[in-house]
Amino acid sequence: MLTFILKRMCLMFIVILGVTMMTFLIMHFTPGDPAEMIAMARYGVDDLTQEDIEWIRVQEGLDAPLHIQYIKWLNHAIHGDLGCSLINGQPVLSEILVRFPATIKLAAVSMLVALIIAIPVGIISATRQYSLTDNVSMMGAMLGVSMPNFWLGLLLILLFSVHLGWFPVCGYGGFEYIILPALTLGTGMAAITTRLTRSSMLEVLRQDYIRTARAKGLSEKVVISKHALKNALIPIVTVIGMQFGRVLEGAVIIETIFAWPGIGKLLVDSIYARDFAMIQGGVLFVAVIFVIVNLVVDISYTYLDPRIRYEGVK
Amino acid sequence: MTLLGIRNLKVYFYSEDGMVRAVNDVDLDIGEGETLGIIGETGCGKTILGLSILRLLSENTKVEGRILYKGEDLLKLSEDEMRKIRGKEIAMIFQNPLSSMNPVLTVGTQVAEPVELHQHLDNQNAKEKVIEMLKSVRIPLPSKRVNEYPHEFSGGMRQRAMIAMGLICMPSLIIADEPTTGLDVTTQAQIVELMKEVLKDSGTSMLLITHDLGVAAELCDHMAVMYPGEIVEYADVRNIFKNPKHPYTRGFLDSLPGRGLKPIPGISPSLINIPEGCKFHPRCSYATGRCKKERPQMKKVGEKHFVRCFLYD
Amino acid sequence: MSGTGTMKSRKKLAFQQLKKNKIAIIGLIIIISLAFIALFAPFIAPHDPIEQNLDKRLLSPSGEYPMGTDDLGRCLLSRIIYGARVSLKLGVIVVGIITVIGVTLGLISGYYGGIVDEIIMRLVDVVLAFPGIILALAIAGALGPGLFNVMLALAMVGWTGLARVVRGSVLSVKQKEFVESARALGCSDLHIMTRHILPNVMAPVIVLATLDMAFIILAAAGLSFLGLGAQPPTPEWGSMLNNGRAFIQTAPHLTTFPGLAIMVAVLAFNFLGDGLRDILDPRQQRELKE
Repeated sequence: MLTFILKRMCLMFIVILGVTMMTFLIMHFTPGDPAEMIAMARYGVDDLTQEDIEWIRVQEGLDAPLHIQYIKWLNHAIHGDLGCSLINGQPVLSEILVRFPATIKLAAVSMLVALIIAIPVGIISATRQYSLTDNVSMMGAMLGVSMPNFWLGLLLILLFSVHLGWFPVCGYGGFEYIILPALTLGTGMAAITTRLTRSSMLEVLRQDYIRTARAKGLSEKVVISKHALKNALIPIVTVIGMQFGRVLEGAVIIETIFAWPGIGKLLVDSIYARDFAMIQGGVLFVAVIFVIVNLVVDISYTYLDPRIRYEGVK
Repeated sequence: MTLLGIRNLKVYFYSEDGMVRAVNDVDLDIGEGETLGIIGETGCGKTILGLSILRLLSENTKVEGRILYKGEDLLKLSEDEMRKIRGKEIAMIFQNPLSSMNPVLTVGTQVAEPVELHQHLDNQNAKEKVIEMLKSVRIPLPSKRVNEYPHEFSGGMRQRAMIAMGLICMPSLIIADEPTTGLDVTTQAQIVELMKEVLKDSGTSMLLITHDLGVAAELCDHMAVMYPGEIVEYADVRNIFKNPKHPYTRGFLDSLPGRGLKPIPGISPSLINIPEGCKFHPRCSYATGRCKKERPQMKKVGEKHFVRCFLYD
Repeated sequence: MSGTGTMKSRKKLAFQQLKKNKIAIIGLIIIISLAFIALFAPFIAPHDPIEQNLDKRLLSPSGEYPMGTDDLGRCLLSRIIYGARVSLKLGVIVVGIITVIGVTLGLISGYYGGIVDEIIMRLVDVVLAFPGIILALAIAGALGPGLFNVMLALAMVGWTGLARVVRGSVLSVKQKEFVESARALGCSDLHIMTRHILPNVMAPVIVLATLDMAFIILAAAGLSFLGLGAQPPTPEWGSMLNNGRAFIQTAPHLTTFPGLAIMVAVLAFNFLGDGLRDILDPRQQRELKE
């Protein structure tokens, strides 16, 4: 068990190292001269001289070989220094940390919406395979998977804000502000989770031990809730981890539509402003959070499945 | 006295490839304290026959005829009434205990379920009962092993736990489906010994479903030989081995390692394309024109010895 | 397995099953129709998709403009028809690239194992460590806006699923006797990989590539919606939707129709991909038989 966690941790560090390399490289291969861009950001386009640019190049260490630059950058990143915004000069990390709670709030409510819909619908669909209920919910799930969430967001605004006037069009504040963005993100996630719950449940219901449970005289309710559900939940938990990635991904667009001041909106705004330090920091932060969430999911997986718990690593 | 009487049982369902006639006009009786063996090759419908008694087949499977348990037709009971039979009156022991036990619940939890359900024991009493039961099926250190999961048990130990699960409510009838398949030879012998013993102690009847004649010979009082969907010969164990009548039974015995290892020519038909007339005629060296057209009926050929073959007309 | 006869009959069988799978057929019909619309867009579209008509701005759907006009008086229907060209072309190119990359790396990884496998799989892990399109967003953001950059970004992100699946299939196929015997006969690694292993891992590749098509179209529309993809006046569904956002109160048709177009296209590929999976995945076949 401990070796399993340790092995996962090691793997996680390798992945995070790769993530930093990739983030660093992407920004490095950005067309244009980074020194010039920083200089432009600092001194404005008009009275920019070649000396200014060269001075920045030396000062920022941009004249050093690539791997030296990377190691330097990594060293700073490890110490929590992701550089400063090219636009307002604020430290990138503190800016991200200010925005992070809004994204977490949106993610948590969205996932709650998704699970409340997905788990019961998935179970009912599986226990009544090929019934009308099953067909309707699977069709709904398919629509949910295929519907662009940015379109769904706009349609919800059209219906609930423009026509009915129930919720504000966008913004950040009380409970009424989170409903539409959370519904938009949550229903999309629910679609995938419903399909997964159903197929996982169907797979479990086909197992021999379900027949054993029925042969004991247990009612269908107990068979489902005690014998099937726990087994079916094991793969669902992993997907919830992946779903968290989808939330972060969806947050980029949804936060932009609903003017939700989270990391997603920060990233998009930085891209518009070509604030490369902020993009680099934001992407790295999101990826690291995602990797950690997946590690936590992996570990909780072992608690759910006693076979892994005892065997450790296969 | 008859405990379970099967009358004219037909089980069939539709698959993508056509209608599957898994059980065809089966009549059988099991007396109190008696062990009846159903012998047949894989895929002859014997497992489906066992499952149909407890009505554990999927909903699209059609079951016709009567299954009389203590005089009451199980096929007419409601689902709720049926649940009171399962595990309490009639219990089932499945093959492959690894896949037949829930991987995420402890062995103790799973063995305790029937008593908690049918005898309304609380957790503590149920646990004591489970430990007692595991002890009686010779599982060492039962009070420790109740908290372990199935994958921590060896194959033989799992099958012992499976037997404990079946017997814990003291049912009148046990249906054992290939209880020794997949176990190594020494473990098989131990399980057979154990079953012999517990059956004798409890006076429980058993329907043993197996393809292993050796196991059947050890445990059964009577045997019914099944060939795609129907019983072709029924006799007491002695007569099946010493005086087999049906050409299939003879062929089956001759294919055993100790008796010549002569395989029956041809392959046994699938449950979808069952031949007309006598189902064995394409592989039978005694087959006549009549066998191709007409289905033979069960004929009495001796004391409690019946055979479905025109040779004895 | 190795005989062409069984391969053919397997293909035939799959086709027969496809005919029975109504949902997959609906998906296929929509895809064929979309391809037709994209190919013959100049003949189908009632108007020029780029020509502005400033005195006919933001018209509601009518006989002349079945889907209305946008803020520059352009025919929305014509723009949506031409948009099919953009999305399908982009989808086909990107899926083509990621299939080649994914299958090649998956084959190499699964076949050789060891350190090569370790490196490729860690690379997959690193790419997958970025949630979904965030990496694509960063790449497209770094490279600057434009359809080409979006395609590049999606190609760099999209190959991982295929590589993993191919590697998994290769690992199981590698054990089979016909591979052993080919090796015993002295066939080269390349020959074994392309002739013996590849045909046997194609089923999941086809399924995944179809589903990836849906993902790529959706992701590209999303990036265009954010203004990173197609630039005006290119008629692209995502950017049209973004454009319509500003007029959501006065001209809701500008948000409704482009979104619908994206959904129909994505749905079609998802339908077909799901149907193909039902047919080609042996585990699902068992479910059908019961």
